[in-house]
Amino acid sequence: MDDLTTLRLRINGEDRAVVFPTHHTLLEVLREECALTGTKHGCELGECGTCTVLVDGRPVLSCLALAAEMRGKSIETVEGMQLGNDLHPLQAAFADLGAAQCGYCTPGILMAAKALLAENPKPTRAEIQEALAGNLCRCTGYHKILEGIEWAAAKMRGEDWTPPDEVFYGAMDPAG
Amino acid sequence: MAEPLLKPEPEPEREPNIIGKPFRRVDGRAKVTGATRFADDLAFPRMCYVRLVRSTVPHALIKSIDTTEAEKVPGYLGYLTGQEMPNTFGILPVSQDEHALCPDKVRFVGDPVVAVAATTEDAAYEAALLVKVEYEPLPTISSIEEAIATPEPRIHDYGDHGNVHKVVSMKFGAVEEGFEDADEIFEDVFYYEGNTHLPMEQHSAVAVPEDDDRVTLYSSTQTPHYVHRALAKVLELPASRVRVVACPNGGGFGGKSDPFNHEIVVAKMALKLGRPAKITLTREEVFYCHRGRHPVLMEMKTGVKKDGTITAQRLRTALDGGSYGSYGVASTYYTGALQTVTYKLPAYQFEGVRCFTNKPPCGPKRGHGTPQPRFGFEVQLDKIAVKLGINPADLRLNMLAEPDTVTANWLKIGSMGLRRCIEAVVEGSDFRERWGRLPEGRGLGLACGSYLCGAGLPIYWNHMPQSGVMLKLDRSGGVAVFCGESEIGQGSDSVLAAIVAEVLGVSLSDIRLCVGDTDLTPVDLGSYSSRVTLMMGNAALQAAERAREMIAKAVSEQLEVPSSRLVFSERRVFDAEDPDRGLTFQDAVIATEARFGTLGTTGSYIPPRSPGRYRGAGVGPSPAYSYSAAVVEVEADPETGLWNPVHVWMAHDIGRSLNPVLVMGQVEGSVYMGLGEVMMEEQAFRRLPRHLSSALVHRHPSVLEYKSPTFADMPPVTTYLIEDPDPRGPFGAKEVGQGPLLPMMPAVANALYDALGVRVDQVPIHPHMVLKALEAKRKGQEPRFGPKAFPQVDFGETLLVPTPEQGGDGTAINDYREKLRSGMRSASGTMMTREEALRKKKLAALTTDLEGAK
Repeated sequence: MDDLTTLRLRINGEDRAVVFPTHHTLLEVLREECALTGTKHGCELGECGTCTVLVDGRPVLSCLALAAEMRGKSIETVEGMQLGNDLHPLQAAFADLGAAQCGYCTPGILMAAKALLAENPKPTRAEIQEALAGNLCRCTGYHKILEGIEWAAAKMRGEDWTPPDEVFYGAMDPAG
Repeated sequence: MAEPLLKPEPEPEREPNIIGKPFRRVDGRAKVTGATRFADDLAFPRMCYVRLVRSTVPHALIKSIDTTEAEKVPGYLGYLTGQEMPNTFGILPVSQDEHALCPDKVRFVGDPVVAVAATTEDAAYEAALLVKVEYEPLPTISSIEEAIATPEPRIHDYGDHGNVHKVVSMKFGAVEEGFEDADEIFEDVFYYEGNTHLPMEQHSAVAVPEDDDRVTLYSSTQTPHYVHRALAKVLELPASRVRVVACPNGGGFGGKSDPFNHEIVVAKMALKLGRPAKITLTREEVFYCHRGRHPVLMEMKTGVKKDGTITAQRLRTALDGGSYGSYGVASTYYTGALQTVTYKLPAYQFEGVRCFTNKPPCGPKRGHGTPQPRFGFEVQLDKIAVKLGINPADLRLNMLAEPDTVTANWLKIGSMGLRRCIEAVVEGSDFRERWGRLPEGRGLGLACGSYLCGAGLPIYWNHMPQSGVMLKLDRSGGVAVFCGESEIGQGSDSVLAAIVAEVLGVSLSDIRLCVGDTDLTPVDLGSYSSRVTLMMGNAALQAAERAREMIAKAVSEQLEVPSSRLVFSERRVFDAEDPDRGLTFQDAVIATEARFGTLGTTGSYIPPRSPGRYRGAGVGPSPAYSYSAAVVEVEADPETGLWNPVHVWMAHDIGRSLNPVLVMGQVEGSVYMGLGEVMMEEQAFRRLPRHLSSALVHRHPSVLEYKSPTFADMPPVTTYLIEDPDPRGPFGAKEVGQGPLLPMMPAVANALYDALGVRVDQVPIHPHMVLKALEAKRKGQEPRFGPKAFPQVDFGETLLVPTPEQGGDGTAINDYREKLRSGMRSASGTMMTREEALRKKKLAALTTDLEGAK
């Protein structure tokens, strides 16, 4: 308890001086010391992917990372995704498709997807599934998330593409 | 106001602006920016942290509690035991069997005994670990069979007998004659393992003491109204001094619809210490809260004619309820109630039993009690089709229940879109061509289902609306909407805003919502039983129509245009015959405020009365039923027993999509959750070896070990939204949150039969089960894996209820108990009809006492 760490963390491009018990995770420090509650927790054991943030651009489970190890590193959370008041294309696509239902796993998934698209701007469906296999979502059945990432990826590549109507309205009734 | 000020006049016909369009959900932006404030995201000055000390033994008397060491932890603030909260609570009036903290006895590993508070979460954890509880162990009960065979010691001192919590037995029509008339009788035993909701958000609650001995509880709850009642009861405070605010839930699926120990404890602690207190459960604790799918053993006997039409069915279900009542009495009825709404079932007998066991309590999970018998029914229909040589689609299409009819168990079916659902998935999957003709290891399976659009009766008996909505309009042109509903991710906020915006012709951004706050919003019973769209939606419709009428009256006078010609659209109110003649919505509201004074309207909804009047008739009725059909294609490896869903075709009779993209999300989410249940999910328990105390423990209370499908497991889904507006739904809408889950499990089991020629009559279907069935097939035995027998159960006297076809009146002919009864309590405390109760009490709306009606 008494063992405290004082650190300047770089979060979403801003420096922030924090003091925290040395054994506290990055997740705890983000949520409690920094009041960045956009990052969520689902198990605090590294099992669900909900607490994913980016450290130097790579997805990290913030519940398994010690904040004390973040010296000199650049941390990105969901609060840093917006561009001014505009949503990031991933955020916009998720909002428009209902890819966030309860929204609890969403910040983690957005961060993992952002890292994927930075590395692979045109991932296949299977590549997205693999990249996100560590992030659980109980609401959506994953499809709207996959479609959202594909839509955002197209936008980020500058392509004029929207998902087909069946994504929004369901398939045409073949018997009707 | 109770009555509309003016007689509503229909608006001139216009195309909807919002309804039916895939608009962005109103809370969508907050959810993708991290701005949504879930309960654990809240913090208050001086907030302390609470931690529960949970039982480490499954069944025991509490001998002593020692907090000496805990109190030495720096930051320690105080503790609570069950002695300080003697009042019981529970979701149903008939099973008020829970304590906020166990006062004398624990009933499962995880039952809370002590609560400690400290200035930091770390200190609270440390103090909790240092609390010493001494137990005197009692024998434990681990299964349905054990519970039936072991009446003593009793886990609870109430219930039908021994460790049997509840027995139900009812017969509708001439069941024996039906079996005699049958050309073939099919008898099967099925088992459905329990599973849990696994919402990504762990339950969390924050309590804040307010002025004048009031307390506010912010909680991740689907049912703030019921939590409000439980808090008032246990804290012994007038309900008016307790405020419950439902935070947006990070997933619920039924798992946050009971009032919970931790909610009451944290409120008590905040009041005791005079400072805000927070409790957030660990993932392990979420597994102990449970209230998930009941494990159910089923015996299903069905008589059919050669053409496959059903002459009679007898269903027996045995539920493993775990250690407390929860919704269990209702769950028991639900394992029988909805068998009748999909296919014509002229005679039907249902017998159900729920047992207490020393495991976390079971309750409602998506589909509440109906997925288990639906699995059995749809698998048995597949067996019938195969045996009779009829295509499974034709078998079903040939005996669909008719719309606008009353079933043998007195459920009123309204719109019924199952035919179109079956036709869509059959056509989409090319089922007629491909079923029975795919190479070994590939198979197609068809199954159907149906679900409620809200339970017809509230959980505790009362005469009041099940949903209320209030509107406030003012000169800003904005519309504030107040409703007690709880947003759990399903999109209830968006439904509420869309209906009001559509009626008033404004945009979604003109609507401000205030929801799920027992101080500020009118009561809505909560997000369960797929009730919100229909019930809240109708209340919102009424409130908005009343506001529209007032505005129309004022605008009509100002513009000298008959109000029947006024159109509300695109933020204007204008003459249908001269669209330039009109006012902006804001000016229209100003005119109305000037004409009538400060503007507010209310709307409320009470479901129509159901025709059933027998004891137990309260479970099953709904204003409308949704229907779903699925075809699943699987690939299965006969060498390893491994199998995978390859493609899903799902059609859902939605009535009308208020927002198709959100409906799609609910369908896909249901498909996913159903696949999880049939592929892998199970809330299973084991006994520790004898040298480790024989304790009954959860096999895997962690996200890693409780397997659920990942991105990589999800197959493509082709979804068909079948629109057939139901007159009872707002804009014709029916439910979608639960129904599409139901066909998934049996469709998979049927597809595995098509792929490998073996039956696995239980859920989940693990590879070793497939292999065992294949082995039996090779040995010339019945190619099947599943339970063999249903236990002997004394179901007591059967309630005999003549069907509508027999000229019955909805009552039982032998319900002496009911006739002798003076009170209003029955199956789940809510079963008597409104008229009967009114006659007996000669009073309305007085039964809000917290004990429930006695």
